[in-house]
Amino acid sequence: MAEQTEKITTGGAAIRLDAVRFDYGDMAMRFDLAIAASSIAAIIGPSGAGKSTVLNLIAGFEAPLSGRVLIGDADVTHVEPSRRPVSMVFQDNNLFAHLDVAANVGLGRRPGLRLDAADRQAVHDAIAKVGLAGKETRKPAALSGGERQRVAIARALVRNRPVLLLDEAFASLGPALRHEMLDLVGQLQKDTGMTVVMVTHHPDDALRLPSTLFFLENGHVAASGPAGELLSAKGPSLLRKYLGSQELSL
Amino acid sequence: MIAIRSFRPWVGACALAFLAALAGGALLSLASEALRGGTEGFAAFDSYLWRVARFTLVQALLSMLLAVAFAIPLARALHEHPAFPGRALILRLFALPLALPALVAVLGITSIYGRNGLLAFAFSSLGMDTIPNIYGLPGILLAHVFFNLPLATRLVLASLDSIPSDYWKLAAQLGMGGWARFSLIEWPVIRRNLSGIAGLIFMLCITSFTIVLTLGGGPRATTLEVAIYQSLHFDFDIARAVSLTLLQLGLTIAVLLLLGLTGKPADEGFSLQTTTRRFERPGRAAQCVNTAIILLGLLFVGLPMGGTVVSGLGADLARLMSESIVWRAIATSIVLGAAAALLSLALSLSLVIAREYQQSRRRTVSPGLFERSLDLGASLIMVVPPIVIGAGWFILSRHAINPFSLAPVMVIGVNAAMAVPFAFRILRPAWDTAASRHNRLCLQLGITGWDRLRLIDWPALRLPMGVAFAFAMALSLGDLGTIALFGNDSIQTLPFLLLQRMGSYRTQDAAGLALILGVLCLLLMFAADRGAASLARQDNARDG
Repeated sequence: MAEQTEKITTGGAAIRLDAVRFDYGDMAMRFDLAIAASSIAAIIGPSGAGKSTVLNLIAGFEAPLSGRVLIGDADVTHVEPSRRPVSMVFQDNNLFAHLDVAANVGLGRRPGLRLDAADRQAVHDAIAKVGLAGKETRKPAALSGGERQRVAIARALVRNRPVLLLDEAFASLGPALRHEMLDLVGQLQKDTGMTVVMVTHHPDDALRLPSTLFFLENGHVAASGPAGELLSAKGPSLLRKYLGSQELSL
Repeated sequence: MIAIRSFRPWVGACALAFLAALAGGALLSLASEALRGGTEGFAAFDSYLWRVARFTLVQALLSMLLAVAFAIPLARALHEHPAFPGRALILRLFALPLALPALVAVLGITSIYGRNGLLAFAFSSLGMDTIPNIYGLPGILLAHVFFNLPLATRLVLASLDSIPSDYWKLAAQLGMGGWARFSLIEWPVIRRNLSGIAGLIFMLCITSFTIVLTLGGGPRATTLEVAIYQSLHFDFDIARAVSLTLLQLGLTIAVLLLLGLTGKPADEGFSLQTTTRRFERPGRAAQCVNTAIILLGLLFVGLPMGGTVVSGLGADLARLMSESIVWRAIATSIVLGAAAALLSLALSLSLVIAREYQQSRRRTVSPGLFERSLDLGASLIMVVPPIVIGAGWFILSRHAINPFSLAPVMVIGVNAAMAVPFAFRILRPAWDTAASRHNRLCLQLGITGWDRLRLIDWPALRLPMGVAFAFAMALSLGDLGTIALFGNDSIQTLPFLLLQRMGSYRTQDAAGLALILGVLCLLLMFAADRGAASLARQDNARDG
């Protein structure tokens, strides 16, 4: 797996869900969507619409009943999660509580944690890049919520995969911290050119970064387009209905 | 999930097969024996049998009622006084009878309530000539309450602790009196859990063996378990043993079905108590009553334990320890106990791992048949009393070999199976939590196989495994049922030797041996308790 990682050069990969059917309980879902390489996509919609399911399908935690999942040019529909060119950051439980920061990041490099000098250098650089230099030996319990998510992002960096999925990764953080994390993601995306797909409860997250918006409803994509347009007063009526009188803070 | 072939369901299936073979083999052997005997086997359903069955039920019912009736005020008192001096210690003491060998407890109880006990001494120094006689129903009830009052208290206390703290704030604000608090807040919660608690105790008393063997005896105070043992060991009356076993099995299954109808059995009461803060100030009178209740409960549980220590120290320990037979018994007990605990751990872990794997793979809401069997298998083994398993294999094996040569295998196998329900409940939450935190992450990072075991699962499982091992070993150390059937001169465990010395009226030796056995078990329980405590701390601190 590690060899495979090295082959992938930094940069983004396009993502396509091609007539993907999936059902969860009694809800039938069908997804058709295309995300351009090196772009930022934001997925919003009411809870239960299937936002996280889309990410789980891309990451390989769920298998579609039919249809294809494509990342780059490759059909990954039947590829297991660790072999997909994808890193995912969850809302919580991103870290192993009994391992320190460096080990948690190092696992992204070698799943057996047998790190050589180059690996250790990469881990060190990634930790510095997310602003956690000096905290390598801390256990997750000694970190704040924002710092934990930074560790998870550092791990995504050392994994060096062209797609980063954020599953409400910053939902439990306060507004200021959330914006800070979004800015960090935006900066890293600019540096690496990776494709970022984020699921969020906050429509203004989509506006903070130059993103394509996908609005999900009842298990399908109900609207998509540049976030700025869709979220404006001229956007489609179903989106205005979802947003209600919510003020968007830019 | 993207399917990766996993060995996990197979491991669980193997564990399940072992349990099924152990219990099923015994039952099959008994069934075939019953059929072969033709009418002779069923002719054994005579009035003696019914009397034994009736006594089994009556003593269990009375033990249950007494234990629960005393547990409720005791748990209330403990709950109302979170700052009662030594409260944590009392609760810790109340956890001990769970793993205290029944023989040790019997000797402790005799040292207090027996003919030469503390009570008799108190009576005679007061000039009364009442000589307490604890053999028969009173002794059995005393011992059963001694074992089950602490358990019931902890369980009732746990249900009281589940009351949201806002209720207590509200009660204090509204100025509710003691009765209003009981009937409006406490009783509804207790009642919800009561059928489970009472059912568990009834089940434990109906299958109780050692206590009835030593304190009961005689045709008037014999339970089915003891009658099975006697008919196999002394009379070698297979037909009678078979009919007794069938009756016993029918009884336990009926109780379990009834339990299933009335409510889920409560937790095993092994978890550490959390304390709820209470906001109202109890009046002086209530405080006195509560203090008295707690002290009485403490005396009732603590005195026999103290009695074991005092009379054990009174024995000629130096001579006992110079007997090679004692050392051999200690070594045998430890080896068999450790082996049983290891096997129990392996079985339970297999069930836990396979169950979680099945659960994580299903998309439907309700679990499939296999997943449910993995869950049930762990507790269903309780239906088949160890003496029944022992009896079945004893009868089956006598055709092929000398059944006594099976002793080590049977002791390890049966004790391991009996500890599975407890080990399963200790391991399952730890494994399930770890799995729910780590599964997706490991899948994504490609941490599998040995790497996953070494880096992820073992650190999370080390402590609960230690706790389960210590607990399972303590249970196995104290077991008398299987070894009483299979034990002989070539293989003797501590409880077996203890029973022999009691049988030959070498009371001092018995007391000394009881002290040794008790200390061994308590050391293990202490280790398990410490482990469980740091497990709870870890759980609170962990937030990755």
